[in-house]
Amino acid sequence: MKPQKPLPEPSPETQPYWDGLRNHELRIQRCKACGLGYFYPRPFCPRPGCHSRDVEWFTASGNGKLHSYVIAHRGHPAFDTPYVIAVVELAEGGRMMTNIVGLEDPTPDQLPIDADVEIVYDDVSAELTLPMFRLK
Amino acid sequence: MFDSRELSHKVAIVGAAETDAVGVLPDRSQLQLHAEAALNALDDAGLTLDDIDGYAGIPGAGMTEYLGIMPRWIDGTGVGGCSFLIHVSHAVAAIAAGYCNTVLITHGESGRSRVGVARPGPGPQTPGGQFAQPFGIAGPPTMFSVPIARHMATYGTTEEHLAAVSVATRQWAERNPRAMMRDPITIEDVLNSRLIAWPLHLLNCCLVTDGGGALILTSEDRARDFPKPPVYVLGRGEAAQHQDISQMWDFTEWTAAAQITGPEAFRMAGLGHDDIDHLMLYDAFSHTPIYALEALGFVKPGEAGPWFAEMNSAPGGTLPVNTNGGGLSYTHTGMYGMFAIQEAVRQLRGEAAAQVDGVKTSLVHAPGGMFSATATLILGNE
Repeated sequence: MKPQKPLPEPSPETQPYWDGLRNHELRIQRCKACGLGYFYPRPFCPRPGCHSRDVEWFTASGNGKLHSYVIAHRGHPAFDTPYVIAVVELAEGGRMMTNIVGLEDPTPDQLPIDADVEIVYDDVSAELTLPMFRLK
Repeated sequence: MFDSRELSHKVAIVGAAETDAVGVLPDRSQLQLHAEAALNALDDAGLTLDDIDGYAGIPGAGMTEYLGIMPRWIDGTGVGGCSFLIHVSHAVAAIAAGYCNTVLITHGESGRSRVGVARPGPGPQTPGGQFAQPFGIAGPPTMFSVPIARHMATYGTTEEHLAAVSVATRQWAERNPRAMMRDPITIEDVLNSRLIAWPLHLLNCCLVTDGGGALILTSEDRARDFPKPPVYVLGRGEAAQHQDISQMWDFTEWTAAAQITGPEAFRMAGLGHDDIDHLMLYDAFSHTPIYALEALGFVKPGEAGPWFAEMNSAPGGTLPVNTNGGGLSYTHTGMYGMFAIQEAVRQLRGEAAAQVDGVKTSLVHAPGGMFSATATLILGNE
């Protein structure tokens, strides 16, 4: 039997983010002092030189750029290899880890650094949706 | 304000040893590996456990219980593979402050056999559990490696450059009978070894082993009263930045090393790059020494790949690096920093298996986690 994929559990400060994904919206936070979005959720701006507590939730576009990645050939036993573990820089600010989906056999030449990507909502269950990304 | 330069050369390593063997040791628990290294280091210094009044090690109180000691200074800093460099750094301050006189630092890790090891793992509510684990993270090869593709795109670093680090390090391991992997390898061997997480192939990845190491430190005025020549702590730096690799500030540079640990260690030691005879750059993977060499300022950003490809770090090269064979070919229990310090001490004492002539200074540099914490030491024998 195939092992289960590790699934997240929301914490109080991240609940709005996970609720947003379930509604197919990328809800993240923005700092009203420096104007930049950030990730992951927390009740103040983590940006060096800012650290303001004046922050708000907003719905991000789901667009971003492929900041860097690896192509896992030996990975988690619940995942079919090869698969792409990537870090995406969101258009509004903030970086998040994700998988790049939609490539049958991913290779480096298909995945240029800073390529435009967009969010894909992966409904794992009625309660949980994960944020995946694909090349635009 | 105090100035760290006043603590340069004030504390020395007077005992240093590893476990009897390193490699595959299923007959020893993790605490046993700590203790074996500790007793070997005490033998090396001509001391006993009753002489120890300061202790640093990741098990903290668990280790004082196992050893049967009650130190009056303790440091349980556990931030991954550079923790032991940070223990040395903290011990210098503690000894100079008079908190204690004789510090024992231990590392033991059943990283391969997993005997007597707790395995908590990140809970599903932690940042890692929520924002990294769901995407198929499978240990350091799929996390530590994530920044490399951006370094390649920015600077033209290649898979051949990464392979060269493994080849040069293996040449040192060939000269060290205790090294686990001693057969010569070529660039092609590395590139033809199976892909683990592109751009990393199997031979770009460190070993997974069991073993331990320990150090004894005391003040300069007592340092010459021991059987082995003292190794002085000349400079140190430490920093912490992120936990999860996606939150690393800059994927193309080791910012904490460039801005804090390197400059602080050189400043405290009063030395420049040309004064350094020997480098131990923690090599969890082939790219780690590339990032380190650039961040510490031995070459400019983007130049480390070609520098390693020219075999400057290999036997007979311009600046010997990882002369024990490194985490790539000597041993790597999971938190390798202790073994990097041990080899620097051996080189400075003139007792290394692959001894380099005339080593008077050695710089030891390590990450903890995935470039998460950082530490640098500059050691010297004069």
